[in-house]
Amino acid sequence: MQLSWDEREWNHSSRATLQKSDANFKIPVQDFQTDSDMSQEQTALVEVNNLRFSRGSRVIYDDISLKIPKGKVTAIMGPSGIGKTTLLKLIGGQLTPDKGEVLFDGQNIHKLSRNALFEARKRMSMLFQSGALFTDMNVFDNVAFALREHSELPEAIIRRIVLMKLQAVGLRGAAQLMPSELSGGMQRRAALARAIALEPEMVLYDEPFTGQDPISMGVLVKLIKDLSDALSLTSVVVSHDVSEVLSIADYVYVIAEQRIIAHGTPQQLRQSDNPQLRQFIDGEPDGPVPFHFPADAYKEELLGAHD
Amino acid sequence: MHMIDSITALGARAINLVRGMGQAGIMLWGALVQVPRVKKGTPLLIKQIYVVGVQSMIIVVVSGLFIGMVLALQGYTILVDFGTEQSLGPLVALSLLRELGPVVTALLFAGRAGSALTAELGLMKSTEQLSSLEMMAVDPLRQVIAPRFWAGLISMPLLSLMFVAVGVYGGYLVGVSWKGIDDGAFWSILQAAVEWRQDIVNCLIKSVVFAWVVTWISLYRGYHSTPNPEGISRATTQTVVQSSLAVLALDFLLTALMFG
Repeated sequence: MQLSWDEREWNHSSRATLQKSDANFKIPVQDFQTDSDMSQEQTALVEVNNLRFSRGSRVIYDDISLKIPKGKVTAIMGPSGIGKTTLLKLIGGQLTPDKGEVLFDGQNIHKLSRNALFEARKRMSMLFQSGALFTDMNVFDNVAFALREHSELPEAIIRRIVLMKLQAVGLRGAAQLMPSELSGGMQRRAALARAIALEPEMVLYDEPFTGQDPISMGVLVKLIKDLSDALSLTSVVVSHDVSEVLSIADYVYVIAEQRIIAHGTPQQLRQSDNPQLRQFIDGEPDGPVPFHFPADAYKEELLGAHD
Repeated sequence: MHMIDSITALGARAINLVRGMGQAGIMLWGALVQVPRVKKGTPLLIKQIYVVGVQSMIIVVVSGLFIGMVLALQGYTILVDFGTEQSLGPLVALSLLRELGPVVTALLFAGRAGSALTAELGLMKSTEQLSSLEMMAVDPLRQVIAPRFWAGLISMPLLSLMFVAVGVYGGYLVGVSWKGIDDGAFWSILQAAVEWRQDIVNCLIKSVVFAWVVTWISLYRGYHSTPNPEGISRATTQTVVQSSLAVLALDFLLTALMFG
């Protein structure tokens, strides 16, 4: 384990000047991968290589690379507003990067034709933060939707599959309810049933734990873990709920400031002494990630003349 | 400096306008240029005709009745001075067929169905239902936009005809039942004055054009709305304002072409 981090560089006053004075200043990436990890590296289902993405003039990602191994739970963590959802949309091909590539099972997602992209998307599914259930259909029809669209199965079989998926998330009894009649946690579970209806190889979870009460949170944690074990699903969990994520992830990437600042197993992250990572994991209000939004000098703004 | 700013702003507006029209065109192209799916598309279309058309019927019928009645009353008070009150039938029928039917129906449709379409799409966008369709390898243009567009295009001409029919009946109520114009004269003069090509077909042409424009604007505003509450409410307002202005401007153009 090599730590190239120089803590002194992150003392507050010098941080801004450092970034200004040296455009090439890069936050050193902590590489936790030891030799033993390398040797047993799994085949990656998704590979993100040197990805750069910006919205207008705002750079969201600057040159990030990561691998999502088959059949494992990979977590992507980071503070709010850094575009974790954007990363999932880039993987799903809904957004196109400025530079770099996303390989899904060896295919460059952004170079595929629309038909080929749709074929690739049938092998993945995404659990949206809001659940994104179709509001004009009941729970049963929501789960059956993709099956009816993409399979030629007779209705009797679709019915059984849907009931099995609903049973897996504990909502078989709610099949006839409309999404608006469900609580937030139940909506997310119904959406999860819909996401696994077509038996995808990979599920992308967008903030699955946000806004859930402790019980629903526990249910979701268990479901994600169980599903990925039972169906050997490849799971990508994007979240900032540190303890939940660390409890289910096999491997974790932490993103901040447009790049990956650390990655490793949950165990390795917990033991890290990277100050930026520590601040995130321990939830400190101030630290390398400053409490204050960038502003002019406080004194000058208070006392200075306006024009 | 101020001068340059305002020129820049003007240029930006023009660019945005052209970009918006381009986006709207691409959206409609993507929705309509598809191999039709009869089995899966038909239920979607029928549902949308119900939502967009059938549910707009009440407001259209009630408005038609009152507008016909008002038209007849105003017409009667003027015509009776010249002793030509028997021409009330053609007056009501032609006003409704040529102008008021298609135009008022389109305005009502924009307010009732168009704004609902925009709000619904905006909500589907902000709750990520559209993204979710994309990720399920289902094209939202085909699944969501196309049935709504066709439903608007089919419903509005029918609504216009209903508006006109009810309006004429309203005129009949006022003219014949209340003011005592001769029953037979009312209908026979009306029938003689209304021409199939000149009046009824033109009414249908106008209302198909309005249906196209209003539905297109509504769907575009919803599909490209900013996915948050402010964005949706702004989009809904824009739908009503822009549809109404477009309908009135196009009506003048079409009238000039048809009757000018």
